[in-house]
Amino acid sequence: MREASMVPEAEFESYYGRQILKTPTWKTPDVPLYLFLGGLAGSSAVLAEGAALSGNHALERVARTAAAAGAAAGTVFLVHDLGRPERFLNMLRVLKITSPLSVGSFILAPFSALSSAALASHVTGRLPWLGRLAGVGAAAFGPPLVTYTAALVANTAVPAWHEAHRELPFVFAGSGASAAGGLALLAVPVAQHGPARRMAVAGAALELTASELLKRRLGMLAEPYEQGRSGRLMKLSSRMTAGAAALAALGGRSRAVSAVAGATLVVASAITRFGVFEAGLASARDPKYVVVPQRERVRAREAAKTQGARTV
Amino acid sequence: MSLRESLDRSLHGRLDDVQGDAGYESGEHPPRMGFFTDTSVCIGCKACEVACKEWNDVPDDGYELSGMSYDNTQALGASTWRHVAFVEKPLHPTTTDLGLPGMGPPGWDTADSGGAPSAPAGEDQATASGGASDDAGVRWLMSSDVCKHCTHAACLDVCPTGSLFRTEFGTVVVQPDICNGCGYCVPACPYGVIDLRKEDGRAFKCTLCYDRLKEGETPACAKACPTESIQYGEVSELRQRADLRLAELHEKGVDVARLYGRDPEDGVGGDGAFFLLLDEPEVYGLPPDPVVTTRDIGSIWKHVGAAAGALVAVGVASFLGSRR
Repeated sequence: MREASMVPEAEFESYYGRQILKTPTWKTPDVPLYLFLGGLAGSSAVLAEGAALSGNHALERVARTAAAAGAAAGTVFLVHDLGRPERFLNMLRVLKITSPLSVGSFILAPFSALSSAALASHVTGRLPWLGRLAGVGAAAFGPPLVTYTAALVANTAVPAWHEAHRELPFVFAGSGASAAGGLALLAVPVAQHGPARRMAVAGAALELTASELLKRRLGMLAEPYEQGRSGRLMKLSSRMTAGAAALAALGGRSRAVSAVAGATLVVASAITRFGVFEAGLASARDPKYVVVPQRERVRAREAAKTQGARTV
Repeated sequence: MSLRESLDRSLHGRLDDVQGDAGYESGEHPPRMGFFTDTSVCIGCKACEVACKEWNDVPDDGYELSGMSYDNTQALGASTWRHVAFVEKPLHPTTTDLGLPGMGPPGWDTADSGGAPSAPAGEDQATASGGASDDAGVRWLMSSDVCKHCTHAACLDVCPTGSLFRTEFGTVVVQPDICNGCGYCVPACPYGVIDLRKEDGRAFKCTLCYDRLKEGETPACAKACPTESIQYGEVSELRQRADLRLAELHEKGVDVARLYGRDPEDGVGGDGAFFLLLDEPEVYGLPPDPVVTTRDIGSIWKHVGAAAGALVAVGVASFLGSRR
C-alpha cells in the first residue's frame, strides 16, 4: 500500500493494506447530529439565561425553546444509535470519569430535564421562580454539554480525533455558539437580536481559529480534515461560517440578511460535526494514519536512547 | 464503581497488580493469567480459531475468499476471537517487486507447479524467515492474533455501562446482559479487536475463556494448539518463558525475532496476551506503538473545561456589549 504523499515517511508496511483499527460503529447521521444538537442546545441555554437577566423576552423564548428541543432531539438520536436502545438507562448505572460517554450522560440527563422545565415554566407562566432556577441550572450544564462531545470522540484510538483533543473542544464551543446565535438571528426580531448576533460572530471566529490551529498542529493527521469527503465538508463549513459571520456582523440591521446569515450558521455548524466525524472514520480506515505516526514515535524514542547512551 | 474509585485508578504506565487496581482484595485474587503466542512455531492450522468458535458458540462470520494467502478469516471481530494471519513475502523482493506487498499471485512462488504455494516444508519457520531457505521463493509467517487483555484497557475505561470489567484473573470481559451496544469500546481499542455484532447489537470479544478459567481449565485455543504456539499461564511466568525463547532464537541467529506486548512499560502497560514475532508488528496488522487513549484523559478534560469556560465568556461578552 503506497500512497503518493508529500511526507516521505508515508512509506509503510501493513497487512495486505487492511486497516488496523475498527471503524467506529457510530451511525451517520445519528451521532454527528447529536454532536450538533448538543452544541446548539447547550449554547442556547446560556443565551436564554442572559436574555432572562437582561429582560429580552423575545430572545429568551427562542433560546429556551432551542435548548429544550435540541436536547430532546439529541437524546432521541443518541438512544437510536445504541445497538440495544431499550437498555439506554444502563448509561446511568455507573459514573466513570474515564468515559466521556458516561460523564456526558450525567450532563445530558439533568440538562434535558432542567431546560424542559425552564421552557415549560416560561411558556405557561407557572412557577416562574422554579422555572428561572431550572434555567440557571440548564445554563450551568450547557457549556459542558457543548464541549464534552469533543472528549467523546477524542478519547478513542482514532488518530484524527485523538491527536486533535486540544483543539476539538474549542472548535465545538465556537460551532455551538455560532449555531445558537444563528438560530436566534433567524427567529428573533432585529431590535432584540443584538446579543445573539454578537454570540454568533464570536462563536464563528472561535471555531475558525481553532480549526486552523488544529490543522497546523496535526501535520500528516490533518489530511482527513483537508482531503476527501471529510475535507470537502470541513471546507464547506468554514466557508459558510466565515461568510455568514461577516454577513451577520455587517448586515445585522436587516431582518432578511440576518435570517439568511443565521440559517447559514446553523447549517454550517451541523456540517462541521459531519466533517469532524467523517475525518475520524477516514483516519481509522487507513492503516497509514496508525502506522506512520507510531513508527515515527518509536524512531524518535530510539534516537533519544542512543543519543543518551552516547553522551554517557 | 464510584467516581472516587474511578479517579483512583491508574491510567497508564507499569502496574504490577491489575486486579488489585480494579478493586480486588490484594492477595485474595488468583494470579494474572494470559497468553504467550510464540509465532515462530505456528503452523497456521487454525485449530485455535475452530476451538474458540466451538467452545464459545460464536456464530459464523460468512464464507468469503479474501485473496490474502490462506487467510480468509481476515481480522479479529465480534465473531472472530482468534485470527490466524498469513504473511507471504518474496524472499528477494527486488527481483519480484509487484508493488503490493503480500498480494502476490501464485507466480511469486518459484517452486510453484501445481498451483498451491509451497511452504518451507518441515523446516523451522524461524530459520526460513532468517533467509536460509533457497528452494522457496516466499517467506511465510503465521500468527494467531487475539484480544490483548491490556493492563490499561481502553475498552474497559470508556465503557459507560460497566459492562466491560476486569476479572479476578486480570482479563477483560464483556457482560452481555449489561452491554447496550453504545459502541464506544470499538474505536477505543488501539488494536482494533472488539466490535459490535450487527444482528445482535452488542459488543463481543475474546473472554480468555472466563468460564474455563473459573474451573481451572486451559482456554480452548491454547488447549487445541498442536505446536504450543499458544501458551497459557500466569503472565509473570509467561514473560520469563518468552524472554528465554527470545534469547534462544537470537542465539540461533534469528535476529528478526522480537517480543510484542511483553513490556510492562509500554503504551498500554503491557499486554496480558503477548507475542513473539518475526517481523515488524505492522506486517502482521498490529500497531507498532499502541497507547491507551485514556492516558490523555486528564489533558482531554482540561481542554474541554477550558473550552466550556471560553463559551461562558462568549455568552457573557455578548450581553455586556448591549449595555454600552
